[in-house]
Amino acid sequence: MIRGDRIFGAVMIVLALGYILTASRIGTSFMSDPVGPRAFPYMIAGVIILCAVSMILRPDPEAEWPAGPMLLQLGIAFAALIGYAFAIKPLGFILPTVIVAGILSWQIGGHPKRAAIAGAGLGIGLFVLFRVVLGLGLKGLPAGWGF
Amino acid sequence: MEILSNLAMGFSIAISPYTLLLAVIGCFVGTIIGALPGLGPANGVALLIPISFSMGLDAISALVLLTSVYYGAMYGGRISSILLNIPGDEPAMMTTLDGYPMAKQGMAGEALVVSGVASFVGAFIATIGLMIFAPYLARVAFKFGPAEYFALYMLAFCTLGGIGSNNQAKAAMAAAIGLGIAMIGLDKTTGMPRFTFGELHLQDGVDFLVAIVGLFAVAEVFFFIETHGKNSAIGVKLGKILVPWRMLRQTTGAMLRGTGIGFVAGVLPGAGASLGSFLAYTAEKSVARDKSQFGKGNPRGVAAPEAGNNAAAGGALVPMLTLGVPGSGTTAVLLALLLTLNITPGPLLFAERPEVVWSLIAALLIANIVLLLMNVPMVKVFVHILSVPAWILLPGVTMVAFVGIYSLTGSSFDMLMMVGFGVLGYIMRKLEIPTVPVILGILLGNAMEDNLRRAMVLSDGDWTFLFSSPIAIGLWIAAVLGFIAPIFLRSFLKRPPLPETEPKVGD
Repeated sequence: MIRGDRIFGAVMIVLALGYILTASRIGTSFMSDPVGPRAFPYMIAGVIILCAVSMILRPDPEAEWPAGPMLLQLGIAFAALIGYAFAIKPLGFILPTVIVAGILSWQIGGHPKRAAIAGAGLGIGLFVLFRVVLGLGLKGLPAGWGF
Repeated sequence: MEILSNLAMGFSIAISPYTLLLAVIGCFVGTIIGALPGLGPANGVALLIPISFSMGLDAISALVLLTSVYYGAMYGGRISSILLNIPGDEPAMMTTLDGYPMAKQGMAGEALVVSGVASFVGAFIATIGLMIFAPYLARVAFKFGPAEYFALYMLAFCTLGGIGSNNQAKAAMAAAIGLGIAMIGLDKTTGMPRFTFGELHLQDGVDFLVAIVGLFAVAEVFFFIETHGKNSAIGVKLGKILVPWRMLRQTTGAMLRGTGIGFVAGVLPGAGASLGSFLAYTAEKSVARDKSQFGKGNPRGVAAPEAGNNAAAGGALVPMLTLGVPGSGTTAVLLALLLTLNITPGPLLFAERPEVVWSLIAALLIANIVLLLMNVPMVKVFVHILSVPAWILLPGVTMVAFVGIYSLTGSSFDMLMMVGFGVLGYIMRKLEIPTVPVILGILLGNAMEDNLRRAMVLSDGDWTFLFSSPIAIGLWIAAVLGFIAPIFLRSFLKRPPLPETEPKVGD
């Protein structure tokens, strides 16, 4: 029976091996010390592999993982956040915030109409809070639209 | 007397109309953050660091604001514990055991007042303890060399992992992941890039604020989507608040005992407020004559853990300020704050920048008095705020997280990394891998490696140097014990289940 712990452990072993490989290629410079820049990363990777083996051999009871539709929901949220990270710079604060806050609100609350109001309120309210009250240098709208 | 003159200096810096205003705002925001289920003190402080930083606050003002938030969140956690049977943050869990039954018996107001006063007693006495013990520990810490510091970091990771998790391997894994992330960037000693994969954004390393906000706040959003905000608070009602003087007198002993236990638990590295409130409750129950009343609405069962958790919050500042080693997730975030402000905690801080230390302590005392006023007569305000639904709250929190990181670094790369940490935090919490050691690893990783390498320079590569002084050996033994002992104590440390929530009509 495959459990989450085992998958995580296996992934971490692969990552730790990659970490060791990357560490072995760290350049040496004219300044040096007895330990060098590679030893501590090796030790860390060693600890990770030990713990991963322990997780694979003795996994805890399986957690309840989201299935089907819920996984899709989480995927949507993830995509929205990634999109937000890219959009906030060129599009300014208000538009992306209204959209992404609306999406998240709909996903948590489940009412499209309420979510739209929450999104719009958060977009404008937070902009006023950050820009006007706290004085952060946020751009409100896309470049060239004023603000 | 030295303490008093130092304290006077601290107050002369910290008391100005502007900083008092910041303290009031911080306490207010902090209490809300603590009271709202799902947003703990670590979360709240982490969200506000980047924002207060980009507002251009000076070091003292930022410290006043954020320590007020920290203490405020410790006070606020009890509100939802008592009214909703949902701990507002982890240390407030023990308060549900007797707080919620009291609320069911129509004594919600009394429970809130008793716990508010208990919070004040715990936090205030712990702050005085901090004033007395911290300078003493700072003098001891002067004797620490690189080998001792390396052992001390091991101790912090071991006790945090040992006590905070049910699976030692997972806790050690989390710490190693954090340390591994800390290695990214330019190596301080040789100047060579490590694990940057040619990416310029990674040259300076991974910003710990990005990791903290991602692991705590963004991961929370995924959880709320999965549960559809079922834990949100609706329909809280509360009658008139009166001060139950008799009940306060009866619980004085419980408060003082809880404070003592909590403070000691807080000073131990890795233990923190959750253990403080747990031990305070257990001890109070075992000395009480009416044991059977505990869990059924005994006011002492509310007073002891609240005093314990707030005293531990103050106690946890002792190792954080004097040694630079945080004892819990929240103090790890406060350490992040100090590092962001270019203040390096440690024994030198007390000698070289006493004004920072003492104005911080003055700020803590001010925050406590403000919080007592806010949390006893004005507690109804917070009860109203508790009814903000999750579908407004969580999107708002996410946006605040993004704005903070964006205004701090201005790069999409950091925001993407924050989302990545959010996913990692979600997966780790699903697998019951603690996330606090990751943060601690990222915060302490470079200092830990640096001390190891300096120790090796001193000893010319002789590894036995790490175990060559009595202090170092003591720390290593404590580290091993702290990691292994909880395996055997687990049956004792098992947490009691939450009292059952009555099904609400119309759910």
